[in-house]
Amino acid sequence: MSEDILNALVIVSNYILVPGLAYGSQLALGALGITLVYAVLRFSNFAHGDSMAFGTMFTILGTTWLQSKGVSLGPLPTALLALPFGIIAAILLCLIMDKLVYQHYRRQKSTPVMFVIASVGVMFITNGLVRFIIGPGDRSFSDGERFIIKAREFKRMYGLNEGLSIKMTQGLTFVIAIICMALLFWFLQRTKTGKSMRAYSDNEDLALLSGINPQRVVFITWVIVGALIAIAGVLYGLDKSFKPFTYFQLLLPMFAAAIVGGIGNPLGAVLGGFVIAFSEIAITYAYRKFLIYLLPEQYEPNGLMQLLTTDYKFAVSFMILVAVLIWRPTGLLRGKSI
Amino acid sequence: MGANVKTILTFGIMAVMLSAVGIMQSWSLALAITNMCLISAVMALGVNIQWGYAGLFNVGIMGFTALGGVAAVLVSVSPVGGAWQAGGLGILASLAIALATIATIVFIRSKLPPSRSRSWILFFVFVAGIAIVRWQYAPAVLAIEKFEPAQTGFLGGLGLPIIFSWFVGGLFAAGAAWLIGKIALGLRSDYLAIATLGISEIIIAMIKNEDWLTRGVKNVSGLSRPVPYEVNLQSSPWFHDLVEKVGGSSLPTETLARQQALQQMVIESSSIFVKLCYTGLFVIVLCLLLWLAHRAQKAPWGRMMRGIRDNEDAANAMGKNVTKRHLQVFVLGSAVVGIAGAMMTTLDGQFTPGTYQPLRYTFLVWVMVIVGGSGNNLGSVLGAFIIWFFWIEAEPLGQWFISFITSGMAADSALKLHLIESAAHMRLIFMGVILLMVLRFSPHGLLPEQIRR
Amino acid sequence: MSLLKADAMIAGYGKTRILNECNIAVDRGEIAVIVGPNGAGKSTAMKAIFGMLPLESGSITLDGKSIEKLSPQDRVASGMAFVPQTSNVFVSLSVEENLEMGGFLREDDINKTRDQIYSLFPILYEKRKQAAGELSGGQRQQVAVGRALMTEPTLLMLDEPTAGVSPLVMDELFDRIIEVRNTGIAVLMVEQNAKQALEIADTGYVLVSGENRFTDTGEALLADAEVRKTFLGG
Repeated sequence: MSEDILNALVIVSNYILVPGLAYGSQLALGALGITLVYAVLRFSNFAHGDSMAFGTMFTILGTTWLQSKGVSLGPLPTALLALPFGIIAAILLCLIMDKLVYQHYRRQKSTPVMFVIASVGVMFITNGLVRFIIGPGDRSFSDGERFIIKAREFKRMYGLNEGLSIKMTQGLTFVIAIICMALLFWFLQRTKTGKSMRAYSDNEDLALLSGINPQRVVFITWVIVGALIAIAGVLYGLDKSFKPFTYFQLLLPMFAAAIVGGIGNPLGAVLGGFVIAFSEIAITYAYRKFLIYLLPEQYEPNGLMQLLTTDYKFAVSFMILVAVLIWRPTGLLRGKSI
Repeated sequence: MGANVKTILTFGIMAVMLSAVGIMQSWSLALAITNMCLISAVMALGVNIQWGYAGLFNVGIMGFTALGGVAAVLVSVSPVGGAWQAGGLGILASLAIALATIATIVFIRSKLPPSRSRSWILFFVFVAGIAIVRWQYAPAVLAIEKFEPAQTGFLGGLGLPIIFSWFVGGLFAAGAAWLIGKIALGLRSDYLAIATLGISEIIIAMIKNEDWLTRGVKNVSGLSRPVPYEVNLQSSPWFHDLVEKVGGSSLPTETLARQQALQQMVIESSSIFVKLCYTGLFVIVLCLLLWLAHRAQKAPWGRMMRGIRDNEDAANAMGKNVTKRHLQVFVLGSAVVGIAGAMMTTLDGQFTPGTYQPLRYTFLVWVMVIVGGSGNNLGSVLGAFIIWFFWIEAEPLGQWFISFITSGMAADSALKLHLIESAAHMRLIFMGVILLMVLRFSPHGLLPEQIRR
Repeated sequence: MSLLKADAMIAGYGKTRILNECNIAVDRGEIAVIVGPNGAGKSTAMKAIFGMLPLESGSITLDGKSIEKLSPQDRVASGMAFVPQTSNVFVSLSVEENLEMGGFLREDDINKTRDQIYSLFPILYEKRKQAAGELSGGQRQQVAVGRALMTEPTLLMLDEPTAGVSPLVMDELFDRIIEVRNTGIAVLMVEQNAKQALEIADTGYVLVSGENRFTDTGEALLADAEVRKTFLGG
């Protein structure tokens, strides 16, 4: 009996907990970027997903180049070494688009909707660039060791029926995401520049009166956002695979994460990322096996015991979004200012 | 330059460009582009009603377009008797249970005062309703989808002439818009955008997965047509006579050659004739909608809408029910988009849920509206023509451009091959640049709104 | 020679002229108060002096140097500090961070100034880790004044510092402002509560329709029968 419970726990860890932590970290990093742009530049950036694809693309190109030179990181994916290419490319993209596009509307003090429409233009261009350079197809760029813990070994070690496997990319995603978030929060809370960013987001006029330079704040925001999206994109691509259209579609869960957590609030973005990821996975998971372990034999379920099929993943993040917007429009943690 | 002169001039240029395609490429292609331009114009008109009249930022256009397509399927396809026998009852039963659940919830909400226990009762009713619905629904769906899955595997439709679906598509979209509007209007502009984006994705997900209703990604092809088929035309004597009368002078005089050339001409003309029939139908719909939209804009209703758009707070303070007005305009605009969606599926003759992508069906329409001139109906129509024209023609232009810049490279150069292969994606970049340029340097679009107070 | 000298300021919004040759001057270690009926251009005068509203004509000098051409940020750098009437603190930042942001432009050690502000406003030291948005109205105003003082200004400008606070808190705030003056800083403020403000004023300006109507010491203005009757409600 107790073994059944252990097996059930392993199933949950294997199919919900581990993938949820990895996917949640990826969403959290993406949502952090959205929330920072919203907090400082005050608009919802529709080009976010495609900028993520842009940064990831350069990492993939870098990875291919490094691989052709025979460079490798042993058990770790080579893409980690190529990550700086992606980060620099994404930062440059953000800064150039800001200079060419958004700066003008900032000076005009345009309404947020104008910024959003402009970001749709940037989205088209970025999307086109990515497809033009690397093509619209699916590609996988993970190499090195595939697993940290293999299901088979886990079963042998603990003598259970069910195995737990943790992919290298899942472990890496979680560790890197935690490091990035820790760095970001340290920066925002402890450094003078970080505090000036929060001050600018809180009260633009008073920030000006205090001598905070808005151009510098905007510049630093884009640098951070560029780095975040490149890292988020690469981690997602390593864990699953890279396809420009998938990255565009990530926009919705990322927005949902940022809004659910409280848009403009970085802590909220992290929380929202995990809430969305776990809901998506938990609601579309088939609990049949899990219940077989836990329930007495005569109550064993016939069906898959799945609340929704995986095709409705978007619907899950969206329903949470709608629920939050109706009952708690400021998000779980109060939003709007960093 | 007066506004009217500019309108006539820009549309004139557009006509010249389409004719140029006819002369340089083929008339069949020119008509194909024109037809899609007309459908795009209807979509852009719908978006303009929402954005230009009321300032609503809806990026769920793809969903409403797809609902129009569903209407085309459900109206025109003949009912599949076997599937109805297999699971029709189950589907109807689950539908009835779902409605009963909703009615119960509404009833409880109206009778009991808000309290914690009421929330629990509502929650319980909701969960129980879902459970009962699924108990009826799941086996019915399985039965339906098992019925001749290669040909049907769905309930089919009503078997009515497809042209009715244009109206039904509008109704479907309006119904969905009403539901969405109830939830999402009242949010601030960029939240509404994200909400509508999400809903359109859900609509597509449902269409792709509810095979019993729409056949999902197995597609529905061979939809009936509101216009004649080419084969029938080619065997009709009257069509032969017509072709001979119109084009006879250019035919050779020698009998046998003349016969062959005429046959060739009949085949070509039949395709053009069919397209012309569609063009005629689309023009009628577009003109009708334009006329209605124009009347509404000039009426006190339109003035009030502009008032709300330009100063929501003031309108609120004057006692206007802003949310209700927004709902109205949201429903109307979405209905127009639904009509266009049904028209498009009719033109295609098939419904392919896998092809609906937001870039093409939502954001491209937005580019049309912004470029044409938000708030100006004729502007959106013009925007639709220009953008669709370039969306299609960007491909040959891009190919030409790429082969021009790569002409110096070796024929087997990897870069050259890659560039030629990727040229098609240039049009995305091209669209982004057009949108940003117009937004920056001519933010009111090519034909700006004519403000008359 | 006055620290701040604004002469014959003419300014307005679009075609509407608000200030008509208005003159304001403040000395070091002195409180100057601008009072007057609604719409007299009190706040406009402050905005013009601080550079948030361009002058049509007139001159402004700070410590003998002409500053009309400077942006508000540059005026901060040259020794002016401004506390707006509303939204004058960073609500999501802690009190301490608010003060730190006040001293954003300073390259030297700001801890000394901060400690001085804490000794001037002891309550801020107690609440230094709390978000400014969680404080009461009066405490917020102290944060706002503290933030402005972090640049070690020679002139502190306050736009209706007591708007919306209780009479008790108002008295305390005025006491603090007197203490600020006693450190040698020049204080220029606009006040709705004319009577109480004139009581602590070294110089009072009564503005009507953008023009100087009366200028005298606070005491003298309070004693003036006409001023009392027209502006102080008897």
